[in-house]
Amino acid sequence: MSDVVEKTLTALPGLFDSQTGAAKITNRLRQLIKSITELTSKHEEENLIKQELSAMKEQVSSPNTTMKQMREIMVRAMYCEMLGYDASFTYIHAIKLAQQGGLLEKRVGYLAVSLFLNEGHELLLLLVNTVLKDLQSTNLIEACMALTVVAQVFPKDMIPAVLPLVEDKLSHPKEIIRRKAVLALYKFYLIAPNQVQHIHAKFRKALCDKDPGVMTSSLHIYLQLIRESPDSYKDMTGSFVTILKQVVGGKLPLDFNYHSVPAPWLQIQLLRILSLLGKEDQSTSELMYEVLDESLRRAEMNHNITYAILYECVKAVYTIHPKAELLEKAARCIGNFVLSPKINLKYLGLKALTYVVQHDAKLALQHQMTIIECLDHSDFTIKRETLELLFRITNAQNVTVIVEKMLDFLRICNDEHTIIHLVGKVAELAEKFAPDNSWFIQTMNDVFSIGGDLLQQDVPNNFLRLLAEGSESKEEDDQLRLYAVDSYLTVLKGHTSHLPQCFLQVMSWVLGEYAHLQESVDQREVIRLLTQLLDQRSVSSETRVWILSALTKISEGQTDLILDLAESLSSSQDTVLRQQAQELRHLSQDSQLHEWALPRGAPWDGIEVDSSLSFLDGFVSEALAAGAAPYKPPHQRQEELCEDRALNLEPYGFSLPVSLSSCSITDRQSPTLLSVSSGLSGNSTELSQKAGSSTLILEGVKRVWGKDGYLPQKEATAPPVDEPSAAVQPPSQQEAAERIEPRPDPSTQNQDKQQLASSLFVGLGVGSSMSLLGKSEAPPLRFRKKPRPHESSSSSSGTSERSSDSSSRSSRNTTDSFLYSSLLEEEPAASISAFDHTPKSTTANGLAQNKDTKEDRRANTSQILGGDMVIVRPSTIQDKHPPSVSSDLTALLPADLKDLPHSDVISLTSDPSLSLSSCRLFRDEALLLVIFISNCTETVIKDVAVQLTCEELKTVSLRGSVGSVHSLSLGHCPQQTSSVRPLVVTTEEYGKLWLSLSHDVKQNLKLLTDAGDPLRTTLNALKDALQLHVVDIIGSEGIVACRLLSGAPCLLHCRVNGTALAMWLRSPHPALPDCILYHCQRALAHH
Amino acid sequence: MIKAILIFNNHGKPRLIRFYQYFAEDMQQQIIRETFHLVSKRDDNVCNFLEGGSLIGGSDYKLIYRHYATLYFVFCVDSSESELGILDLIQVFVETLDKCFENVCELDLIFHMDKVHYILQEVVMGGMVLETNMNEIVAQVELQNRMEKSEVQVWASI
Repeated sequence: MSDVVEKTLTALPGLFDSQTGAAKITNRLRQLIKSITELTSKHEEENLIKQELSAMKEQVSSPNTTMKQMREIMVRAMYCEMLGYDASFTYIHAIKLAQQGGLLEKRVGYLAVSLFLNEGHELLLLLVNTVLKDLQSTNLIEACMALTVVAQVFPKDMIPAVLPLVEDKLSHPKEIIRRKAVLALYKFYLIAPNQVQHIHAKFRKALCDKDPGVMTSSLHIYLQLIRESPDSYKDMTGSFVTILKQVVGGKLPLDFNYHSVPAPWLQIQLLRILSLLGKEDQSTSELMYEVLDESLRRAEMNHNITYAILYECVKAVYTIHPKAELLEKAARCIGNFVLSPKINLKYLGLKALTYVVQHDAKLALQHQMTIIECLDHSDFTIKRETLELLFRITNAQNVTVIVEKMLDFLRICNDEHTIIHLVGKVAELAEKFAPDNSWFIQTMNDVFSIGGDLLQQDVPNNFLRLLAEGSESKEEDDQLRLYAVDSYLTVLKGHTSHLPQCFLQVMSWVLGEYAHLQESVDQREVIRLLTQLLDQRSVSSETRVWILSALTKISEGQTDLILDLAESLSSSQDTVLRQQAQELRHLSQDSQLHEWALPRGAPWDGIEVDSSLSFLDGFVSEALAAGAAPYKPPHQRQEELCEDRALNLEPYGFSLPVSLSSCSITDRQSPTLLSVSSGLSGNSTELSQKAGSSTLILEGVKRVWGKDGYLPQKEATAPPVDEPSAAVQPPSQQEAAERIEPRPDPSTQNQDKQQLASSLFVGLGVGSSMSLLGKSEAPPLRFRKKPRPHESSSSSSGTSERSSDSSSRSSRNTTDSFLYSSLLEEEPAASISAFDHTPKSTTANGLAQNKDTKEDRRANTSQILGGDMVIVRPSTIQDKHPPSVSSDLTALLPADLKDLPHSDVISLTSDPSLSLSSCRLFRDEALLLVIFISNCTETVIKDVAVQLTCEELKTVSLRGSVGSVHSLSLGHCPQQTSSVRPLVVTTEEYGKLWLSLSHDVKQNLKLLTDAGDPLRTTLNALKDALQLHVVDIIGSEGIVACRLLSGAPCLLHCRVNGTALAMWLRSPHPALPDCILYHCQRALAHH
Repeated sequence: MIKAILIFNNHGKPRLIRFYQYFAEDMQQQIIRETFHLVSKRDDNVCNFLEGGSLIGGSDYKLIYRHYATLYFVFCVDSSESELGILDLIQVFVETLDKCFENVCELDLIFHMDKVHYILQEVVMGGMVLETNMNEIVAQVELQNRMEKSEVQVWASI
C-alpha cells in the first residue's frame, strides 16, 4: 500500500466522526477497506473477506435491512468481487434493487448487475421487465440507466423484446438518449446482426442527426458495417467526405474541440471509414483526395491528438488508391513520426512503416539508421515492432542478418506470447529464404530450442513435411536430410535434458527416417543415443512414442540391442508404450515383416492405406462367430445414448468423438495427432496397432496441410540457386566481428551501424544508392515445394492477413470455384473455338460439349481450334417449321442424346432474326450444353458464322452473324449443380465407402413436412433438384449418394430429427460436402 | 472495442475493474495480475503501448496505459481503436475524475468506487467510446449527483 494511502487512512477515524449520517452508513465499507489495507498477508485478507461476506449474507437476508443499507452492501459486494472473492449470493439482491428501489437504488442495482453478471447469466431474465419499464419511463435518468445496462449486458434472446423501445429512443428529443440508443443498437448488431437489419434506414437518420454527438455514435455502426461489406456503402462516401470536410474546417460548435482540435475522435473514425471505402477503388478514392490533403495540412504538430489524426490519415492515404502527391506528403509525415523524440510517436512511426513497406519498400531505406537505432532501443515494445518491420522487408539477401537479430531478441525475451509470435516468423523466413542447408537446419534448431513447446504445431509439421517431400532434386534433398541427421546427432551427444519435447520429437523422427543416409555413423550409435533419451525422466510419454517409433524404423539387424529395450519397456505403465514395445519386438525378430511394414526410402505417395481395415475382416468375423457383440462406432453409441434421454437439445453432440476417430483411421493430418490416436486406441487394438507402427508418420507427412499460400509465388520465381548468394556473407561476418570487439569508439560504431544497415536493407529498393550491396535480381528461393492440388482449400498457416483474406471471401464463392475447378480438373484456360458452316436448312443446331477428361480432349484435338476445352460438333437438322415453343426443341436433339436426362430448354436471347436457346444434358461423364439457334424470319439464312467464347466456363457468350454482322451476346452461368451425378451403389457398398471417406460435415436442414412421409418427400425433392441417388430409406434414416463428374463421391446420411433433417455428408474431397450441403439447403429453401 | 479497463495502484491492488467482454472470475484476476506484471516493470520513459498479452485475445489486442503517481490506468483494446486516441481518452477520464472529486487521489477511487463507475459509464458504454467531451461528462454526472443530494436532504430532515 502506498505511503499516501497509509497516512490518510490513519487520519480517517477522526474524519468519519465529524461526518453526517449519510457518511455513517458507508462506514462499514470504510471499515472494511481500512482493515484490508492494514493486513499484511493474503491469508489474513482471505479470512477477513470471508467474515465480511458471511456478515453481508446475514444482513441481506434479514427483513429489517433498509434499501439504503442494501445499497451500501452492494458496494461492499462489488469491492469483494473486484478483489476476486465470490459474492454470488448478492446477485439476486442486485436485481431486486434495480427492480424495486428508487432512483439511487436502481443506479446501484444496475451497476452491480452489469459488473456481476455476463450476457448468458440466467438471472438476467429477471431483469428484462424492469428494463422494459425503465425504457418507457419519462424520467431521463431512468431511461439512461436502462439504455446503459442494455448496452453492457443483455441476454441475446431477449433483444426482440426491447428492440422496438430502443428504436423509438432514436427520435427522443434529448441527444444523450439518442446517443445511448444508437450505441445500444450497435451492441445488438454485434451480438445478433440479423435482428437489427430492418433498422438500417434509421442508422442513416442517426448519421444525419443534428447533434454531432449522435452522429459520432452512429459512426461506430458504420465502421463495422463497412468493414463487413464495403461495397454496399460506396454511395455514402460523399456524405462521409462532406462530414469530414466540415469537421476539419471547424464548422462544429467549439464544445467539440479538444485542445483546440475539432472533434479529433470523430475525425479518426471518419478517416478509418474512408480508408475502408477507398481501398482498391479508384473512383471512390478520388472523392476523398481533397479532404485527406486538407487533413494532412490542417493537423499541425502540436498535440498528441493531432498525431493520432495524422497517423490515421497516413494509413488512409496508403490504403486507398494511390495518388503520388498525397503519398509524398504521407511519407514525410511518417518521417516526422519516426524521427520524433517522443517514444509513443516513434512507435506509431514504426507501425506506419510496417504497414507502408508492403506498398513501398524504399521508404524503409530512408529511415534505415533510425530503424537500426530502434533495434537496440531499451523499450521492449519498440524493439518488437522494429523486428516486425524487418520481417516485412526480409529478402534472400538480408535474411541471415535479420533472422540473427530476431533470434538475439528471442533469447532475452521472456514474454510467452511474443516468443510464439516471433518464432513462427523466424521459421517462415528460414523456410522461404534460407541461403543454404546448414544455415537452414541451424536456424530451425534455434527455433525449436527457443520456441520449445510453445511453438504452434504447424512449425514442426511444416519442417518435417519439407524434409520429407523435398524438392524436385533428390540429391539436394538427401543433402539436406543428411545435414539434419548430422546436426541432430551432435545435439544429442551434448546435454539433452533441457531440450523441449517438440525438438526431441522432430529429431527422433528425422533420425528414424534418415539416419540410414549417413553411412559413416554406426546405426548402433544412433540407437544408443535414442535409447538414452528414453531413459531421461524429463521426456514426456508422447515424445517416448516418437522415439520408440524412430527406433522401430532403424532397428533392422540390431536385434540384440532392441530386444533388451523392448523387454524393459514391455512392463511400462503406459499402454501405448507397452504396445509399441511389443511391436518393436515382433518386427525386430522378423526382418521380412519389418521390410514389408517399414520399407526404407519408399516414395511417400506409394503408400496405400487400407482405411477400411479390410484385412481384419477375417478376424472380425471369427470374433463375431465366437459370440462377440458387433462393433458400433462411437457416434452410434453416442446416438443411442442420446435417444435414451428424454430431450436431445444438441442436434449433433457426437461430432467430437467421431472426428477424432475418423482422424485416427484415415485422416491423421499431423504426426502429433498420433498421440490422439494412440490415446483412443484403448478401445480397439487393431486400430492402434496400425497407428502405432508403420503408417504413423509416413502418412502424417503425406497429408496436405500448411503453407500452400506461398507456393505460387515460389513457383513463379527463378529456379533455386544452389550456393548462397555471396553478397550476404561479408557483412554478416563483419558484424559478428563487431560484436566480439569490446567497445568501438563512436565513429566506428556509427560506421558499424552503417554496415549493419547496408546488410539489413540490401536488395530493398531497386537501383537505390543506399543499398551498398544491392543486387536487384529475383531472390533465389531455396526450398521449393511440390505443387499440390486444391491449394485454396488448405492453407492452415498463412500469415494473418492471408487467413483473414480467405475467410472474408464468401463461402458461396469458394463453393462455386471449387465446383468449376473439379469440373475441369485443371486451371481452366480461356479458350475460344469457332466454326463456320453453311447450313442448308433454316435451323442451325450446334452442339457444344464440355468434356472433363484429358483423354477426350486429346482425342478430339483436331476439332478444337483455340483451346482444349470446348468441342463443337455442328449438326444440322432439316425442319420446315421453325419451332416456336421451346419445349419442342428437345425433339430436335440428336438421336444419341435424346434419352439423356436434361434440363428445361431456356431461351437465352433473341432478336428479330435469330433466337438462341440452350439446354443442359447430363451424361455420365460429362455435362453437355446444347445450343439451339433458330431462324425467326421467313427468309433462308445462307451463311451463319457462330463464334463461341468461353472464359473459365463462367460466362458464355455467343455471337451469331447473319449476312450483315450482328451480335447476340448473353451472360449465362451454368448451374453449379450440373456437375453432380447420381452414384448408384448398394447399401453394402455404401457402408464400405462411408468408412473410407475422411471429410465429413454435419448440419440440420429443413424437413419438408407437407406430405405424409416427410423423409421420402424431402429426399425426392433433393434427388430431383440435385441428381442424387437415393440408396435406401430405413425407418427414419435415409442414405443418398452422388458423385462429381470427375469421380469424387459424396455420401449423404440423413436422419429425421424432430422437425429437422440431420444430414451428415462424407467425401474424400475436403470441400465437396460443404458444397453439396449448400445446394441441398438451397434446393429445400426453394421448394 | 475496449475489452477491459483496469485501474490498479503501484502494488497491483485493483482499484477499479471493468470488463466489457465476459471472462470467468478467476480469469479476470489472472488478467489483472498479468497486466500489472507487464505494466509495472516498464520504465516511465518507454512508450505507453504494450502488445499481445496472451490472456486477453492475443495479437489483435493492445494494452494502452498511463501511469499517474500511485495509479496505473490500463485500457485493453482491440485493433479497431486508435492508440493515441485511447491515450487521450484516459487523460480525459482522469481529468474528469479530477474535476468531480477535486484533486482526485487514490483514496477517492477506493472509497467512491461506485461513483467512479458512474463517471466511467458516461465515458465508455459497453466497450464503446460514448463521450469524449469532459464538460458533457461532468454535466451528466452532476445531473445524477443532484438527485443524490436531494435524497440526502430528505434524510436529514427526518
